[in-house]
Amino acid sequence: MMLSVENITCARGGVPVLAGVSFALEAGQALVLRGPNGCGKTTLLRTLAGLQPPLAGAVTLPEDQGAYASHADGIKTQLSVTENLAFWADVHGQPLPDDIFTTFDLDDLRDRAADTLSAGQKRRLGLARLGVIGRKVLFLDEPTVSLDGFSVRLFADFLRDRHLAQGGVAVIATHIDLGLDAPEMDLTPFRAGPDASGGSDEAFL
Amino acid sequence: MIALLRRDLRLAVRAGGGFGLGLAFFLIVIVLVPFGVGPEASVLTRIAPGILWVAALLAALLSLDRIFALDHEDGSLPLLATSPLPLEGVALTKGVAHWLTTGLPLTLAAPALGFLLNLAPTAYPYLLASLALGTPALSMIGTFGAALTVGVRRGGLLLSLLVLPLYVPTLIFGAEAVRLGAEGLSARVPMAMLAGITLFAFALLPFATAAALRVNLR
Repeated sequence: MMLSVENITCARGGVPVLAGVSFALEAGQALVLRGPNGCGKTTLLRTLAGLQPPLAGAVTLPEDQGAYASHADGIKTQLSVTENLAFWADVHGQPLPDDIFTTFDLDDLRDRAADTLSAGQKRRLGLARLGVIGRKVLFLDEPTVSLDGFSVRLFADFLRDRHLAQGGVAVIATHIDLGLDAPEMDLTPFRAGPDASGGSDEAFL
Repeated sequence: MIALLRRDLRLAVRAGGGFGLGLAFFLIVIVLVPFGVGPEASVLTRIAPGILWVAALLAALLSLDRIFALDHEDGSLPLLATSPLPLEGVALTKGVAHWLTTGLPLTLAAPALGFLLNLAPTAYPYLLASLALGTPALSMIGTFGAALTVGVRRGGLLLSLLVLPLYVPTLIFGAEAVRLGAEGLSARVPMAMLAGITLFAFALLPFATAAALRVNLR
């Protein structure tokens, strides 16, 4: 079992937004989160990644294997594409694989300052980070924003052929069809009511 | 941690990195003071230790809000928080990087600027030593303040208000050490206090900074 989520309640700004979410993923599996804007996809992913504690329930994953990717890519615009990727590989104690540039179609952009990249190119660079940090459990928040159809397929190929095929796990919040053979989970039924378990103390006063 | 330190230093010297910001501010203040108070050498000699320390402190303050705000804006901070680096290590590295890009150049430039203020000749070694001992504390305390205000938009004012009271002991002992040196007296006590403040800041504040970051990342 790579990732197991048991009955967690997560909150945004102290207000519970999701309650009773449970699922488990084996190595090589992905899960696609669906739901309308504001239903708590980002909050759930941040909780799973350990950026905020759940109000209730438990998240279990192998230690130091989680990676989070959000709308913000963590790219330094003054550094070149290679320098950006080398930094993240270095921080995670990993070598920089040379084929990552080809995988995300960044070959021609290696020495360009990230400042001069288009939104889609920046996004590809941000996603390429996931390929150099050697993490097995990915939490992806709308990874395909501002990508064209070709780049979406590049990313889906990376997920399927490199990440999942090597025993990785991914939880992806997205509104489009990535073409992955992955189960989908609609978060709408898990919306927390005002009396949700683990709610803020004010609810009892 | 070395990777993060290298990246921060590289970012600081690239365009828009703010490496020269503190140094230029320090230079401008010191050059302007004689115009403001008049060219009387004896007056300048008397106020030089205090002016040099106040200017160095304000110059260090100037670049504090960049420490975490830039990483927060581009989303690097949550990515660093989920990386194998302990957040305490991130905090320590940020403090060290800030000192290397601000405190160290200020320390090295201070003797040349002391000359402009007609600083007493005996005070130069004390000026160098007190800044070398005291500015690391300014960087680490500032890093803590930056972590507290990281989520606040345009939090520069709040950051200054939080950090300035914490800077006062360093300022008092730093200026006192230079003044005693200028009068040819022993500055052992203020020097020991400066070293103590710096060691205290580096021993405890990385943990406080990491805790503040964790709260602000939620």
